Amino acid sequence: MMKLLSAVLLSALLTLASPARSAIETYQFASPDLAERFTDLTEELRCPKCQNQNLSDSDSIISKDLRRQIKQMVDDGKSDDQIRTFMVQRYGDFILYDPPFKLQTLVLWLAPAVLLVLGVLVVILLRRGKDVSATGAALDDSEQARLQALIDAVKSDSNKESNND
Amino acid sequence: MSEKKISRMQRWLLVLPMLMAFGLGLFLYQGLGKDPNKLESSLLGQKIPSFIGESLDEPVRAIALDDILGTPSLVNVWATWCPTCKAEHAFLNELVATEGVRIIGVNYHDQRAPAQDWLLRLGNPYEFSIYDPKGQLGIELGVIGAPETYLVDAQGTIVDKHTGELNARTWGKLKPQYDALMAQQGQ
Repeated sequence: MMKLLSAVLLSALLTLASPARSAIETYQFASPDLAERFTDLTEELRCPKCQNQNLSDSDSIISKDLRRQIKQMVDDGKSDDQIRTFMVQRYGDFILYDPPFKLQTLVLWLAPAVLLVLGVLVVILLRRGKDVSATGAALDDSEQARLQALIDAVKSDSNKESNND
Repeated sequence: MSEKKISRMQRWLLVLPMLMAFGLGLFLYQGLGKDPNKLESSLLGQKIPSFIGESLDEPVRAIALDDILGTPSLVNVWATWCPTCKAEHAFLNELVATEGVRIIGVNYHDQRAPAQDWLLRLGNPYEFSIYDPKGQLGIELGVIGAPETYLVDAQGTIVDKHTGELNARTWGKLKPQYDALMAQQGQ
């Protein structure tokens, strides 16, 4: 009885699951080479509709269309660069996850380097500050003796207190 | 080495993180108002690529780029499955009736029968609609989704593009450019 029930449940689950799996279409390629280029391009190009998915991940209408377009262009013998240019012409740099270096993307490209340099500068300055304060704050003999006396006084005080308990 | 100099340097170091946080805040703040769905289209300022499509009303009639040219027009991408298209439809009708704007439709990823039915029920603001069930023309235009509206001059150059609902407010942004194009056309 349990076996039958679980079989029914399992088949119901599989039926429910199938529409989602069939959402991404399958394409046939003339060679594994073309198939690989198609996979690389759809993973490298971004879905224009959905911000944070690439074309191969996305189930949106536009991604489906663009996958079909890329498949067509790969079959037609277009180069990867030609396909990228085609996409950028229509959807802008947004479609590239790897944006080109130009005025609008200056901050994007330079910020990490600038921050690194700033960070190194801060570390250097902090270390130099520490060295300076270490030498600058060195005590002379009489100061050292006074410090020791103070420490001893505190120590004997706390000893007395613990004896009182 | 004077102690004064050290403390000045340390004070400067204390202020630095604050300055950096302020700078970052400023940078992020100016990004807040931006609409992530508004993408630049590289087709702005360029001609619509030539295409051959099919009329929504008459399946046998072919429509090419030449059919769009001649007067400044709006090219509106719509579909019956798109709620925002329904929301803007009345405004498109009004635009044709009151301002005499020429609107050409691109029926995007849709089916012919429901699309024709939709125009019968809600009114037809389009001089004609191009039937684009597979989104092929959409790719040529750089369409991301429906609705989208392109302002195209008489020679077929894309002057501006509006993504999302066209209404009195958003039309306000396209209108000055449209009026300028019409003024040029009149000369």
